[in-house]
Amino acid sequence: MKRRTLFYLMICLLTGNALTAWAADAPATPESNMAAIELVQTHANYLWTLVAAAMVFFMQAGFAMVEAGFTRAKNSVNIMMKNLMDFSMGTLAFWAIGFGIMFGVSKTGWFGTSGFFLSDFTPDGDPWVLAFWMFQVVFCATAATIVSGAMAERTKFIGYICYSIVLSAIIYPVFGSWAWGSLFNGSGWLEGLGFIDFAGSTVVHSVGGWAALAGTLVLGPRLGKYGKDGSIKPILGHNIPLAALGVFILWLGWFGFNPGSTTTADTSIAMIFVNTNLAAAAGAVLAMLVSWMKFGKPEASMSLNGALAGLVGITAGCANVSPGSAILIGAIAGVIVVFSVLFFDKIKVDDPVGAVSVHGVCGAWGTLAAGIFNMGGTTAGIIGVQLLGIAACFVWTFATAFVLFKIVDLTIGLRVTPEEEVEGLDFIEHGGNAYPDFATSAYSQQ
Amino acid sequence: MKKIEAIIKPFTLDDVKVALNEIGVTGMTVTEVKGFGRQRGHTEIYRGAEYQVDFSPKVKIEIVIDADNLDKAISVIREKALTGKIGDGKIFVSSVEEAIRIRTGETGKVAI
Repeated sequence: MKRRTLFYLMICLLTGNALTAWAADAPATPESNMAAIELVQTHANYLWTLVAAAMVFFMQAGFAMVEAGFTRAKNSVNIMMKNLMDFSMGTLAFWAIGFGIMFGVSKTGWFGTSGFFLSDFTPDGDPWVLAFWMFQVVFCATAATIVSGAMAERTKFIGYICYSIVLSAIIYPVFGSWAWGSLFNGSGWLEGLGFIDFAGSTVVHSVGGWAALAGTLVLGPRLGKYGKDGSIKPILGHNIPLAALGVFILWLGWFGFNPGSTTTADTSIAMIFVNTNLAAAAGAVLAMLVSWMKFGKPEASMSLNGALAGLVGITAGCANVSPGSAILIGAIAGVIVVFSVLFFDKIKVDDPVGAVSVHGVCGAWGTLAAGIFNMGGTTAGIIGVQLLGIAACFVWTFATAFVLFKIVDLTIGLRVTPEEEVEGLDFIEHGGNAYPDFATSAYSQQ
Repeated sequence: MKKIEAIIKPFTLDDVKVALNEIGVTGMTVTEVKGFGRQRGHTEIYRGAEYQVDFSPKVKIEIVIDADNLDKAISVIREKALTGKIGDGKIFVSSVEEAIRIRTGETGKVAI
């Protein structure tokens, strides 16, 4: 005690700060400290938003592992390159064009027209645009990378790169501006109607899922996936533990994806966190139970898809539904995803990782559920706007992505040759091999 | 000299190896193999679609021994690799003309 008093006295003497000045200060109140409190809150917002952005960035690793695990070893290098490049190319495209379209000033409500090349940032201006951009660019990359899995094992690398740039620069940002533009300088027609999509069941996941559907339709199924008689021949993923690691990484990343979408460090993140976790757990459990009942065994890849289905499902409503509702939303998503995967398999949409079902279909379900289970009550109007948003997303994304993939297919080519597909994309496209020390599997799909 | 090629269930390998060692078999070559016999394959399921796995994983042991030891070696392998269930494997025996130790150039029985 004595020491501390002495120390304080010394400080006062050294700084010439008379004790009287301290004594004369009025007791501090929240009002008098308002500026300091706001500064701390601002700093906390920056910190939370950027930490969450880092977690969402890590989801890229999750997607890469899920896709590699669910596909054959001979295409693993290609999967890694696609995941690396759709983040890297997408980052540059979103910086140059996408961010301006999505969050720039929007006179019409259909797309923004300012803020390209991060021009909203000036060295002495408000750096919030940087934190916000960082959080948004990882979301854009999430939408882009969803498509990689559905188109795996047969897509020409250069064709994929072209798609990736256009999705990040135009397709994703245009829809995003309709639903989220007002989070920055924009104003979208859909959000104006009261559309609820807190963290992007539709804006991110359905956009990725429907683009993936367009891609798989233009590509056609992998060689050997369907017999001449139309029978389904499963093409086994080469590493289920890797796929499971990917799912755990995605689950972790979602704790940044949903609670981070507050871009504010406040107490609301607790419920969003809990809702996110409950929905994922319910999705995994229900997908496992459905697979157990339908196939006689608790099937691993379906259960893993179930966790992701729950996560996608709760993304829209994570901030406006109760934890009990979150369980229901995730559980229903877990059931939907199994039947959806079987359905797309049956109609010959070959999606090796289930991206269309997990992100497209469960994204649509989650968006509808955000309206149905709204804690403030629901009306036909709310449901109607949710359905309108779901439909608008499908029409816009599927149409533009389909045309894009067709153009790529007719110009530089979207699919590798049958010889290249049999040999594997790693060797043909990248001149490498993911596992050079392992012998080739004797299991043939031909 | 005789060569024994025994195709056995992988988990019995360790017991077979120890037992063969005990009766004086000092070397062997082991390969992981896949195949089918009467056991045929089995069906598995992946993402809701069933598929047939025709080739079951097995281990192939190759040993070359003095003809006098043949019966003993066969009975040891049979004893240790036996589970009584289908898929226990097979033992093939053939004659070997010559054996040469690369390091010393020794030939015949002393080389095995």
